[in-house]
Amino acid sequence: MARLTAETVAQARELMSLYPDSRSALVPICHLAQAQEGWLNPEAMEHIAEIMELTPAEVLGTASFYEMLRTEPVGRYMVSVCTNIACLLNGGYELLEHAEERLDISVGATTPDGMFTIEEAECIAYCDRAPCLQVNHRFFGPVSDERFDTLVEDLASGRLDDDVPPHGVLCRVRREGGLAVPAEQVRAERAAADQARDERAAAAQAERS
Amino acid sequence: MALTEVAPIVTARLRHPDSHTLERYLATGGYDGLRRALRMEPEQVAEEVNAASLLGRGGAGFPAGRKWSMLRKAPVRYLVVNGDESEPATFKDHLLIERDPHAIIEGTLIAAYANQVTQAFIFVRGEFALGLERMQGALNEAYAHGAVGRDIFGSGFSVDVVLHPGAGAYIAGEETGLLESLEGKRAFPRIKPPYFPAAIGLYGEPTVVNNTETMANLPWIVQHGGHAFAALGQGSSTGTRLFALSGHVRRPGNYELEMAKTTFRDLIFAPVLGGGVRGGRQLKAFIPGGVSAPWFGPDQIDLPLSQDEVGKAGSMLGSGSVVVMDDQTCVVRAAWRIVRFFYRESCGQCTPCREGAGWIEKVVRRIEEGSGREQDLDLLLDVCDNISPGLSWPPQQTTICVLGPSIPSSIVWAIRMFRDEFLVHIKEGACPYG
Repeated sequence: MARLTAETVAQARELMSLYPDSRSALVPICHLAQAQEGWLNPEAMEHIAEIMELTPAEVLGTASFYEMLRTEPVGRYMVSVCTNIACLLNGGYELLEHAEERLDISVGATTPDGMFTIEEAECIAYCDRAPCLQVNHRFFGPVSDERFDTLVEDLASGRLDDDVPPHGVLCRVRREGGLAVPAEQVRAERAAADQARDERAAAAQAERS
Repeated sequence: MALTEVAPIVTARLRHPDSHTLERYLATGGYDGLRRALRMEPEQVAEEVNAASLLGRGGAGFPAGRKWSMLRKAPVRYLVVNGDESEPATFKDHLLIERDPHAIIEGTLIAAYANQVTQAFIFVRGEFALGLERMQGALNEAYAHGAVGRDIFGSGFSVDVVLHPGAGAYIAGEETGLLESLEGKRAFPRIKPPYFPAAIGLYGEPTVVNNTETMANLPWIVQHGGHAFAALGQGSSTGTRLFALSGHVRRPGNYELEMAKTTFRDLIFAPVLGGGVRGGRQLKAFIPGGVSAPWFGPDQIDLPLSQDEVGKAGSMLGSGSVVVMDDQTCVVRAAWRIVRFFYRESCGQCTPCREGAGWIEKVVRRIEEGSGREQDLDLLLDVCDNISPGLSWPPQQTTICVLGPSIPSSIVWAIRMFRDEFLVHIKEGACPYG
């Protein structure tokens, strides 16, 4: 289970084909891989390296830079409570404290049943609904203590399964359609169009003088 | 100064709950700007954007048309749309990405055509899960509609647009950090020169990097003409702009306002806008343009929302986010939280930023927690001076990118404006606001 499923591999190859340099697909592929178990375990990163013809160190080097890419296991629901300026002014830290008490864990930890991990997030751009939080990067706000408790119950009971899908922000993102011709053809057409325009401009210039 | 009655440009469609769908987009004039652009010469389209004097809506406020004119001639050229909105208290691109993705796509295609780029990328902040879904959904619809891809609307112009997700890094919003991130690497800002990706950008090729809101303005500009856009606003601040208002106001939210014609007082206090400071309290201070900006006090509240005017007054309109703090706000804590953000988000390449932010964070935290020392304020200003010599505005830079010189703003201006409050924390070992 640690390696990527055949479906994820197929999606990864599709992503790689979208860029002039396939390495550009690394971050999106990490998002996809993370959807499988909620984090990037070493075997998954090795598999990504294999597919992308990179070294596992290159994959880890990129992945470890980004907050959303996890190199340690997390709970089923990642609860990211914002405490940045707009939330600070509206009780973000009080909400974070309440979250710790309600789930009986501190920031960075996961509940023993593996359901919830809490993190202190930087601004998530939902400031008119402060204090706000994300669960698996789905927005909630403004969140009172009571609303937080209800949210936790709803998540635990599965009532929010449709609204809060598992990890992996790309799990519902699929590209349909595309260029339908090789990129080289577009470049050739562009070059021809550029040349034709230059010639027209030169002709117009000659006519004026 | 009265509020002006200008029809909205980038939020016109948002009153419809299905504003993100192609059906609604087409019913409200969607893709007409692109059709019109494709009938013009690319240079004419660029000329309209020049005439509009459209300032980039990302934060630096660089004229979009001038950015385009610097694009090096080459067989391969790229366009990257920056939707990595992460400046604290800025939430305007988030709104547009979720609620009007087709407008961003249409703007992207207009820019792609004007600059004759061979491929375009829309970079959306990874945390915007719904935004990513909406943007890809809109792209899929646009492909099926013939608005993007091969031979767009029978014009002979083809371009592929790829949605690219971020993964949680403020620094990826810096344009060269964004390009590194898009290349599958750590989002380390690139050493300058070259100063502009227009010369050497994505994969070393000439690249235009524009903000999301900048793109969303383009369909209107092509439809109505650059001069119509430039007729709105005043001086170099043309058109309308989204202002993201948050903090201690009754009605936080995104407000699209004609630039330079509205003041901070209007934005914060007008009943149809911010509605005033919450709970009947007084205004203590406000941040006029993202947390990188120096703070303003109530004495600056009649300044217009103009890039020039705010610049002359010693701060910046930046990302267009305004944070309001009431008279019960602990400014030490507010400044501490902002510097903590920079500390966490520093990419670590440059010593002044990586080390400086960390030390400032520690010292301000100890003041806030009641363990401050008398010499701490001088120490803070000294560290800030090492990051950005002279502590002036616009700031001097000792680092590869502008994250470094953004660090001192909140600390230096909080100390300058509220020195007494810092001293109370130090002398009494406690916060006067509890």
